[in-house]
Amino acid sequence: MKRNQKPVTRNQKKILITGNEAIAEAAIQAGCRFYAGYPITPQNEIPAYMARRMPQVDGVFIQAESELAAINMVFGAAVTGARAITTSSSPGISLKQEGISYLAGCELPAVIVNIMRGGPGLGNIAPSQSDYFQATKGGGHGDYHSIVLAPSTVQEAFDLAGLSFELADKYRNPVIILGDGMLGQMMEPIIVHSPQSTVHNKPWALTGAKNRRPRIIRSLYLAEGRLEKLNLEFQRKYRRIEKNEQRWEELFIKDAQIVLVAYGTMARIARSVVNKLRQDGQRIGLVRPISLWPFPNDIMGKVSKNIKAFLVVEMSYGQMVEDVKLSNLGNCKVEFLGRAGGGIPTEEEIINKIKGLR
Amino acid sequence: MKKIFSRPQSLRDIQTHYCPGCGHGIVHRLICEVIDELDIRQKVIAICPVGCAVIAYDYWNFDCCEAAHGRALAVATGIKRVRPQNIVFTYQGDGDLAAIGTAETIHAANRGENVTCIFINNAVYGMTGGQMAPTTILEQKTATTPDGRDFHKEGYPLNIMNLLAVLPSVKYLNRVTITSAKRIKEAKAAIKEAFICQIENKSFSLVEVLSSCPTYWDKSPAEAMRWIEETMQKVFPLGRVK
Repeated sequence: MKRNQKPVTRNQKKILITGNEAIAEAAIQAGCRFYAGYPITPQNEIPAYMARRMPQVDGVFIQAESELAAINMVFGAAVTGARAITTSSSPGISLKQEGISYLAGCELPAVIVNIMRGGPGLGNIAPSQSDYFQATKGGGHGDYHSIVLAPSTVQEAFDLAGLSFELADKYRNPVIILGDGMLGQMMEPIIVHSPQSTVHNKPWALTGAKNRRPRIIRSLYLAEGRLEKLNLEFQRKYRRIEKNEQRWEELFIKDAQIVLVAYGTMARIARSVVNKLRQDGQRIGLVRPISLWPFPNDIMGKVSKNIKAFLVVEMSYGQMVEDVKLSNLGNCKVEFLGRAGGGIPTEEEIINKIKGLR
Repeated sequence: MKKIFSRPQSLRDIQTHYCPGCGHGIVHRLICEVIDELDIRQKVIAICPVGCAVIAYDYWNFDCCEAAHGRALAVATGIKRVRPQNIVFTYQGDGDLAAIGTAETIHAANRGENVTCIFINNAVYGMTGGQMAPTTILEQKTATTPDGRDFHKEGYPLNIMNLLAVLPSVKYLNRVTITSAKRIKEAKAAIKEAFICQIENKSFSLVEVLSSCPTYWDKSPAEAMRWIEETMQKVFPLGRVK
């Protein structure tokens, strides 16, 4: 999937906005009228924006007493069929894992935003990509997946935030937007548009049993075999999502010998390395996963047949690299360069690493 | 012949899983009678706890959802804020409401969420096998206080009503029990008042029901009722707090 570079038309508005606020506005545009969250840096612009914006659209803004309460408020809103969102950063997202597992177990749509910072523990407030495992492999207890989308620009943060509500409703599944402190804080011009929103019928939502049989939303199944059956249904859904929802951007893949793999903020630096080395005539390409779960296995598998090596670059000590290894079936080498805890691999470091691969 | 007594429409005709002498069945029924009498069954959304009453939704004939342990009032907040036209209540035990969910309880109450909370206090964890609850009384033996609760180690039984009473947004607090026909009538009246408080948009309401757990009190059902009257009520006095 290529990055959209749509021209601005007369009824579209171009504004300068931070990544955090772009996500918040996209949620509003997508018809989300429920926000609950707890302050944590570097995503505080989102609750502040929502506190102003929600009342303008008759929506609900709640500053919760904790991350636990916030995700469970979102659970409550989702139970009624409402589009709901919570946002946080790494330590706060750890606290939300219980609620995300319950959302998955009850098959409730909701959007969770993680503007990642350095860890583990309290870590620091510098941008990081160290929560990849947590986001893509489940995170909470039980066999489940959240759909994970990783924007690389503020425009894409806006676009993917809108898409995340569609995917959440379509699959009745939690969707995580995985950004980082850099993307959240930076300002870029974006085109604001109301995403095409499908009206999703929600015959499971709790609205009061008026002229119908009562509905129950639960994840507890004690009868023998029942929970296994439910899990198999979930697995079928996850396979369907893997088939339908792989998203990525590719750059100079056709004749590339070495292909960088990076997502989010890291992909911006990787892109500039690729552009630079291409000017020198070097056969370098880039695959930028946009959906981290489902991981874009199809393109990775295809590309791996024609190249010498993938170089995975992350703001972590090697998380997505494991998925790259799994996806390429041993067709080519998989090299890794990563820094975390506030460190970001520089263009120079990446170029030196590439030199070493030749 | 005129029919003067029947199963409430809100209560399903299903045998419950509760132990003999357990208070949950009585309180389930009282809630259902109140919901029928107020004619709100079609508007009700209940949040079931984690604890012995975890499958209360199998017994109730209205919309229900589960909540993670302790999070019922956060879930209730989300539901009621989106759908103020519905009547939203939580049904929570002492571990759920007063231990793992204390923060959710106090903050939902303090925000003045217009929901109703039915708090079942039986001074013990039932579902997990009779461990100490925050409301376990001093010297009460449980699986995790084999020599009885000792304030030096476990502190004193937590009185949630006293904590909530000081919050201006809390509009209705009443502690009742189910040890006799008279007490059961009082309990029903309190539950009804709490729901009316919500219907009239007055703000947060909570009814604490001192309830029996013969199994983990190691008592007969009759002894359990006497224990509530003679021992538990001294620590948790009955009556309207607010």
